[in-house]
Amino acid sequence: MLIVIIKLLFIILVIMAAFLPIITWVERKQSAVMQDRVGANRADIFGIRILGLFHPIADVLKLFTKEDFVPDGAHRVLHLLAPVIAMVPAIMAMAVIPYGGVYRFGDLELNLVVADIDWGMLYIFAVGSLATYGAVLAGWASNNNWSLLGAMRASSQMISYEVTMGLAVVGVFMVYGTLRLPEMAIFQDQTFRLLGFVELLGLVQTLPVWLDWIRLPMWGIFLQPLGFLLFLTCIMAENKRPPFDAPEGESEIVSGYHLEYSGMRFGLFYTSEFLEIPVIGMIVTTLFLGGWAIPFLSQETVIGVATPLFGEGLATAFCMALHVGTFLLKVIFMIWLQILIRWTLPRFRYDQIMDLCWKMILPLSIANILVTGAVVLFIRGLQ
Amino acid sequence: MSLLFFYIFAAIAIAGALGMVLNTRNTVSAALSLVLTMVALGGVYVLLGAYLIGALQILVYAGAILVLFLFVVMLLNLRQEAFSPQRQLATKIAAALIGLLVLVQFLVLIHGAFGTPAAIPEDFGGYRQVGTVLFTDYVLAFEATSLLLLAAMVGAVILAKRKID
Amino acid sequence: MVPIEHAIALSGILFAIGTVGAITRRNLIVVLMSIELMLNAVNVALVAFSRLWGNLDGQIFVLMVIVVAAAEVAVGLGIVISLFRNRESVNVEDVSLLKW
Repeated sequence: MLIVIIKLLFIILVIMAAFLPIITWVERKQSAVMQDRVGANRADIFGIRILGLFHPIADVLKLFTKEDFVPDGAHRVLHLLAPVIAMVPAIMAMAVIPYGGVYRFGDLELNLVVADIDWGMLYIFAVGSLATYGAVLAGWASNNNWSLLGAMRASSQMISYEVTMGLAVVGVFMVYGTLRLPEMAIFQDQTFRLLGFVELLGLVQTLPVWLDWIRLPMWGIFLQPLGFLLFLTCIMAENKRPPFDAPEGESEIVSGYHLEYSGMRFGLFYTSEFLEIPVIGMIVTTLFLGGWAIPFLSQETVIGVATPLFGEGLATAFCMALHVGTFLLKVIFMIWLQILIRWTLPRFRYDQIMDLCWKMILPLSIANILVTGAVVLFIRGLQ
Repeated sequence: MSLLFFYIFAAIAIAGALGMVLNTRNTVSAALSLVLTMVALGGVYVLLGAYLIGALQILVYAGAILVLFLFVVMLLNLRQEAFSPQRQLATKIAAALIGLLVLVQFLVLIHGAFGTPAAIPEDFGGYRQVGTVLFTDYVLAFEATSLLLLAAMVGAVILAKRKID
Repeated sequence: MVPIEHAIALSGILFAIGTVGAITRRNLIVVLMSIELMLNAVNVALVAFSRLWGNLDGQIFVLMVIVVAAAEVAVGLGIVISLFRNRESVNVEDVSLLKW
């Protein structure tokens, strides 16, 4: 029980309390670098500016001190509840994501995931589908036409992309053979020979030894490249991340369902949006980028190398630190990628978003399932 | 511990159901009470060992079907309903009687009627087992439901069109 | 370990509430939601019995019921929208042309 609380505290303190303010700063600075300007650097404490890292604190103070109003004729309870409903699924999705492997310290077995559910990925989908209510209720409860329009757009976009999000990862489930996220991360801890298919097809008896060295880590992105692209698109659209942010289109419908929210109510929406960035990063990392696995160095290799140097327990702790650090590095890479995509592409038109989902991503994901299934059966038949 | 959770989820489900049926002012609040019931029932399914069904209940029922209800309610922008005076009392008494009859039937008939629950394997209700049974023994039902969904999709699109051209 | 009798009792209570709602309410959408509630009560009973006998057939049936409920809601709400377009009301009293 104590261990579960410690694992929960890691997520809350590292991801939510430490990552979140820094991500707002990174968003500002990265977009500034991309657009050849300086970015926000005015906030200071007693004249010390450190590159604008005090801006997240300034933002939070601003949000706390703004007037907290409910518009006329709005449904008061739902108006208050909607940002909470928008934020809770993002937090809940972090409960099943492994940020480290399984480590033995004597007779203590430490599995660095808060809840090791057998159907972990289904849990993420189920919890993510509840996020629709946040946007819909926010739009309806505001008693405002622009908000309602944003809510309608948000709900149909989110339900559509939920479908394709599920279909895009069916190929991944077929290859890994499991829905448990820690097991997926352990599966990705190995490497495979790039030219192994030649031996599998029976063209040569065994590969020459020097060709055996051309290896790739057995990550999801190498096994399912199309699945990675489709899933990344779908999960960014599901979370209404730009360029899919037509529901909160700032230039079209005056901020959509965020319109009648100010002060800390908007702060909750803002937090939930910026919380979804690392959550997207964590899910994509676990599914496609190898989770906590260091490429080309499996857990046994690291512990085997470190044990003569440090001794048994300390070597395992060193390996654990390395794995958690690798996981956080990959999440940071995914955050960088999402901010890059946001500030490169202009906003899609709403009918373009729906066309993309139903006419392009859905057929592609079904084709991906067919091809992946055929290849998996073929390989199993040959072995 | 799981018994306590079962009672909590059951109480939330019944409270949500009552909130939906007894709510005469606001249809959106009624739909939201039903969402609460669906999520609580998802928890009940997980406690009863049906993990796949619990996840699907939240994913499909609470996450899609009730969003559709909310969508329609918001689009139609309904005013509150008014009860006509003469029909009110008779209908309410009849409904209460039927409800009481159903309830008594359930509670009386089931008392002491069951033995102990069967011993179940570890993976019971998980996606592997349910998927295997679904795709081997019940594959005909599975294909038939896919046709049903196709028919429902076509029907819904045609019904919601303004002009059939 | 959940006692199966209590799960069946929960199913019965939800079914009774759903029945009362389907009979009493005037709003067509609330009637549809009460029918959904009754279907959910049946699902609870099926899952409880599947747990009792250790047989997965109950859970397969629940899947079928969920699918049928989804299809029924889609078509039912399509009907409600068409009705609303023609009569400007979703009161069940207003669609009683066939009543004697």
